[in-house]
Amino acid sequence: MEQIYSSTPDSCKLVSASEESVRFLLDYSKSLSIVSSRGMTFESNLN
Amino acid sequence: MYLQADDSTLVKAYIQGDERALETLINRHNQRLSSFIYSKVFDREITEDIFQDTFIKVIRTLKLGKYNEEGKFYPWVMRIAHNLVVDHFRKSNRMPRYESGPEFDIFTIMQENSLNAEKQLIKDQIESDIRDLMTQLPEDQQLVLRMRMYQDMSFKEIAENTGVSINTALGRMRYALINLRKLIEQHQIVLTN
Repeated sequence: MEQIYSSTPDSCKLVSASEESVRFLLDYSKSLSIVSSRGMTFESNLN
Repeated sequence: MYLQADDSTLVKAYIQGDERALETLINRHNQRLSSFIYSKVFDREITEDIFQDTFIKVIRTLKLGKYNEEGKFYPWVMRIAHNLVVDHFRKSNRMPRYESGPEFDIFTIMQENSLNAEKQLIKDQIESDIRDLMTQLPEDQQLVLRMRMYQDMSFKEIAENTGVSINTALGRMRYALINLRKLIEQHQIVLTN
C-alpha cells in the first residue's frame, strides 16, 4: 500500500525566525535606497 | 501604536517611510511564516534563509512601489515564500522523483488543475452569482464574508477590524452562509462546476 503518512513527526512544529534575522531585515530596509531618474530606477545600499 | 493596525495600514505606512511599520509586520507574521517554511524544508537554518529572502523581496517590492495587492498582504508573502521553497528544492535537487514504469503510472499522481474554457466560464458565472447574492445580505454579514473570503482574514482580524467580539464575527459569518443558502434556494440557482 502506498505510504500516505508523513514520516517526519514534527512537521507541524512552531518555529520563529531569530532576532538576528529580524534585525538584519530591518537594517537592510533602512539601508536600501531607491532613486528614479529619467525613467530608470537605481537601487543602492547605504551603510 | 501599530499593534492594532491591519496589514494594509502598515504597508501604507511603510511605503511612506515609516520603518516601524515593517517591524510590526515582520513580528506579526514571523511565527506563522517560519512555521510554514519549516513544515516544507525541516531545517532551521534553511528556514531562516528563506524567511530572510522572502522579506528581502517584500521590502524591495514595497520600496519600488510595485506592490498592488492591497488587503492581501499575508497571502502575497506566503506565495513569495512558497516560490522560494520550490526554488530551494530545485537547486538542491531534493524534489521527490517518480519514474513511470509498468507497475506505476506517473499520471496517477499528476493532475490537470487548469480549467478548460467551458469550466472557466461556469466558474466565472458562479462567482458573479455569489457576488450578486451577497449584495442582498445585511451590511454587517456582507462585511464579514468579504473579509473572510476575499481578503483571507482570520476571525480575530475581522473582529479587531469591525470592533466586535470573535463570537459575533463567527455568528455573522454563520448567518451570512445560512442566508446565502436561503437566497440560492429562493432563486433556484445551481452553483456547481
